[in-house]
Amino acid sequence: MSALKKTPLYNEHIKLGAKIVPFAGWEMPVSYPPGIIQEHLSVRNSCGMFDVSHMGIIDINSKSEIRNPNNEALDFILRIATNNASLLAINEGQYSVVCNEHGGTVDDIFVFRLEDRYRLVVNASNTEKVLEWFTRYSKDFENLTITNRTDIGILSVQGPKTKDILGVPVMPPRNHCSTWGDLFYSHTGYTGEDGFEFFIDSDALPNVFETLLGLGIPPCGLGARDTLRLEAGLPLYGHEYDDNTSILEVGYPWAVKFDHDFIGRTALEKQKEAGVGQKLVGLKFSDKAIPRQGTEVFADEKKIGVVTSGTFSPTLKIPIALALIAPDFSRQGLNVSAKIRDKLYPAVVNARKMV
Amino acid sequence: MENPNDRLYSKEHEWAKIDGNKVVIGISDHAQDALGDIVYVEMPKIGAELSQMKEFGVVESVKTVSTLYSPLSGKVIELNDGLSSSPQSINEDPYGKGWIITIELSNPSEKGSLLSSDAYEAFLKESK
Repeated sequence: MSALKKTPLYNEHIKLGAKIVPFAGWEMPVSYPPGIIQEHLSVRNSCGMFDVSHMGIIDINSKSEIRNPNNEALDFILRIATNNASLLAINEGQYSVVCNEHGGTVDDIFVFRLEDRYRLVVNASNTEKVLEWFTRYSKDFENLTITNRTDIGILSVQGPKTKDILGVPVMPPRNHCSTWGDLFYSHTGYTGEDGFEFFIDSDALPNVFETLLGLGIPPCGLGARDTLRLEAGLPLYGHEYDDNTSILEVGYPWAVKFDHDFIGRTALEKQKEAGVGQKLVGLKFSDKAIPRQGTEVFADEKKIGVVTSGTFSPTLKIPIALALIAPDFSRQGLNVSAKIRDKLYPAVVNARKMV
Repeated sequence: MENPNDRLYSKEHEWAKIDGNKVVIGISDHAQDALGDIVYVEMPKIGAELSQMKEFGVVESVKTVSTLYSPLSGKVIELNDGLSSSPQSINEDPYGKGWIITIELSNPSEKGSLLSSDAYEAFLKESK
C-alpha cells in the first residue's frame, strides 16, 4: 500500500488538534476539538472553512495556435462529459458527469472555463481513475495538454456570513469564478450555503489558512462536510454515484445535454426513454437509530431500495438519509421504513434537499 | 482526561464500577473521543440478562455506530434515561453523567479478566 498523502495544511490540522483519518488516499481532518455538530452549525449559521486540497484539479488546454486555442480542449471535454461545456462563458463553471459506456458514472465533476484553459475539479477518490480515463480517450486529440495540478490546494469557505467576514470585493454569480489580486476563486459549494473555493499555491496555503483563522473562521473537517452536503441532498461519489449508477438516477437531468456526442450518450438516451430503474430521494426519520449506507428500505413488506448515505442531521436533529429507490415509491410524503439492526424504523420520503 | 481508578476497564473500552453486587457500566473517555459527537444510545430492557463480552446495545455517533459489550455478566436493573434526551452526556462526562446501565452482578469471578485503570492506560498506549 502506498503511503497516505498529506495536504499542505496537514501540520496546521495537527496543531489545531484535529482528528486525522485516512480518506481517499489522504490523511484528512475528520473533525477538530469542537466536534462535527458544532462545526456543522458554524457553517449553517455563520461561516466555516474546509481544507479540500485532496480534491483533484485537472487543467486542460490545447497547444494549437491555428485554431481557437480552446477548441481542442473543448472538443475533448464535450467527448468525456455529459454537460455541454460550449455553453460556458469565460469564468463560468458547470456541474457535469464523466459517464462510462454503460451510463454509469466515472466521476461527477465541476468544469470551469478560464481565459486560456478549462479547469476540472474532480473527486479525490477518483483523481487517478479520471486521469487514466482521460489518457485513454485523449488519443485522438493531438494538441491536448492534460495537467494534474498537484501544486495547488483548495480552501473552501462556506456559510451565510462568508462574504462579509472575508470582505470579498466581487461576489461572482453562483457557479462562476473570479480573481482577487492573484487569488483565483470560485463561487460554488458543497454545503447548501453560499461560499467560495480559493485555489492557492501549496506554498502559500498555510499563510492564507492562518489569516482566515485570525478572522475567526473556524476550521471544519470532513465529518461536517458530509453532514452538510447530506442535509443539502448533494451526492457523493462512492455513495450515491458509482460505476453502475447514472446521473439520471441520481437526478441531475439538466446536467446531461444530448446535443453532443459524449461517451455513454446512447446508454443514457435509452435510460431516459425507458425511464430510470431507481431514483434518489431524501428520507426523514422520526426515531433515533441512524440508517447508514447499505440499509434496506421497505414499503409495506416489499424491499424498494437502499440507503446510499445516512447520518444524524445537526440542523433538524433527526436521522436523515439519501436512498436510491424504485421510482414508484419516490413520491414525497410517502411512508416507508428502513431496516436498521433487524428492526424496521419509519421514514417519510422527502426531496433530496432536506433543510 | 484521567481514567478513574475506582473502576475496572475492558479491552472493548467499557468501564465497570462495582459497588457490592451492583455494577454501573459506561464507555471510556478514549471510546467517546474516538466516536465523536454521540447522538443515540440503544439500550437493553430492564431485566435483560447480559453475558460478559456479549453485545448489549449500540452507541451511534454522527460518523459511526459502535457495539456495546457488557464487561460483566448480570441482570439489567437500571438504565440512564437521561441519555435519551442528552446522549452527548457520554461525550461530556463519560465517567459520571454519561453512565449507561446498572446491572446486578451474577458472576463476581469475572472481574479478574478486566483491567485496572493503569493496565487500561498501558493497553491504550500499546494499541496506538
